[in-house]
Amino acid sequence: MTWLHDHLGEVLELTKQHIYLAGVPLVIGLVLALPLGWLARRYRFLYPPLIIGTGLLYTIPSLSLFVLLPGIIGGNILEPKNVIIALTIYTLALLVRTVADGLGAVPEDVTQAATAMGFSRVRRFFSVELPLAVPVISAGLRVAAVSNVSIVSVAAVIGVSQLGMLFLDGYQRFFYDPIIVGLVACVLLALAFDLVIVGITRLLTPWVRARQGA
Amino acid sequence: MFNSIWMWLSDPANWQGEDGVPQRTVEHLQYFAETMVVAAVIAIPLGLYIGHTGRGKLFIVNVVGAFRAIPTLGLLFVVTLLLAPRLKGDNAFLIPSLIVLIILAVPPILSGAYAGVGEVDPAARDAARGMGMTGWEVLRKVEVPCALPLIFSGLRSAALQVIATATIAATVSLGGLGRLLIDGLAVRDYGKVASGALLVALRALAVDLLFALGQRYAVSPGLSGRFRNTPAADDDSRSTVIDPAVHEAA
Repeated sequence: MTWLHDHLGEVLELTKQHIYLAGVPLVIGLVLALPLGWLARRYRFLYPPLIIGTGLLYTIPSLSLFVLLPGIIGGNILEPKNVIIALTIYTLALLVRTVADGLGAVPEDVTQAATAMGFSRVRRFFSVELPLAVPVISAGLRVAAVSNVSIVSVAAVIGVSQLGMLFLDGYQRFFYDPIIVGLVACVLLALAFDLVIVGITRLLTPWVRARQGA
Repeated sequence: MFNSIWMWLSDPANWQGEDGVPQRTVEHLQYFAETMVVAAVIAIPLGLYIGHTGRGKLFIVNVVGAFRAIPTLGLLFVVTLLLAPRLKGDNAFLIPSLIVLIILAVPPILSGAYAGVGEVDPAARDAARGMGMTGWEVLRKVEVPCALPLIFSGLRSAALQVIATATIAATVSLGGLGRLLIDGLAVRDYGKVASGALLVALRALAVDLLFALGQRYAVSPGLSGRFRNTPAADDDSRSTVIDPAVHEAA
């Protein structure tokens, strides 16, 4: 693996870009999915159109979406923002349902107890319903994170710089080293995203551990 | 964009010959059908077996999860580099891509079949046994019909995955609609790129719709709750498949 040794700087730079391209859509997707999921839960008639609508967007293959987006929103195919927007759409499609289902799984008596204690609707949402939905939302986020890391590499085909470039480089030169390094780096990155989400979830849901310890 | 797509699609030259839209569509469908059949023949019996016997559950969960993390593009390139020099003629480009497509289609179908059978109400299974059914009869008459919704959602994710991956497999010289997109990129013809992308997206939507319809007809109304007018029936949670594995590809 002298190749890795000689190209460590380059690989790290590509990894940074990969983290950015896969991570930003996760955050934006989550921030957008929370209100949409809440709406789908609060107004039941919104649930089917929201879920089916995002589901249809999800069926569009990523390479298609990457190259069609600049035509819709303007700009150049090579711009990273196309990748970020496409992945945000996929993340949103996964998370809207997860958030709606997570909020739906909050036991009725808990919300009633909160109301009886004088919680306003907003306060009840943020301090009771949302925290209780965290484990479900986190499960959806983990799936989205792992798939985002994988999809980002496809963007190498349209020339957006990230770890997928190593695949292209290796393939064009009939040289395995960069491809193997890229594959391992992608899998490790997916694992790292997963661990971060699991860690944050643990911090946000101390009662789960307390229950397990008892 | 709409203008350039329209310009490209309305040019009769793009509808003729080897590189024409009809020919590319047929190729794409062909890869799709071949891959799905092979993958289903492998994955459905295996998934039913695992679901029925409960053996190897952990193995399945781990394998399916691990595949999700492997980037398709890298897998495609590695398999092509490994196999292409050992194959002759057109097969050198065709076989490696088809193998990757099958590899990617198996896990979702497998987990659908396994989870479908695994989640069958134990009471239904016990009742069937109590009626004197053999293990095989239980599988055929009770477990498979009950598992159909999940088997279908596994097939739908696999289908989207295959369409998406077949598109990027054009980078390793596979034919099909992905060719238009990839060749268009190479010559900077945005009309061609966008037309290819649009056709692929439409193809994906059409296939998903077909599977949704097939599912509607195949699944017993007693299971899907279609004949009842209860809230549970409105909550047709499988009307669209959301499986992240789909976009690992393209």
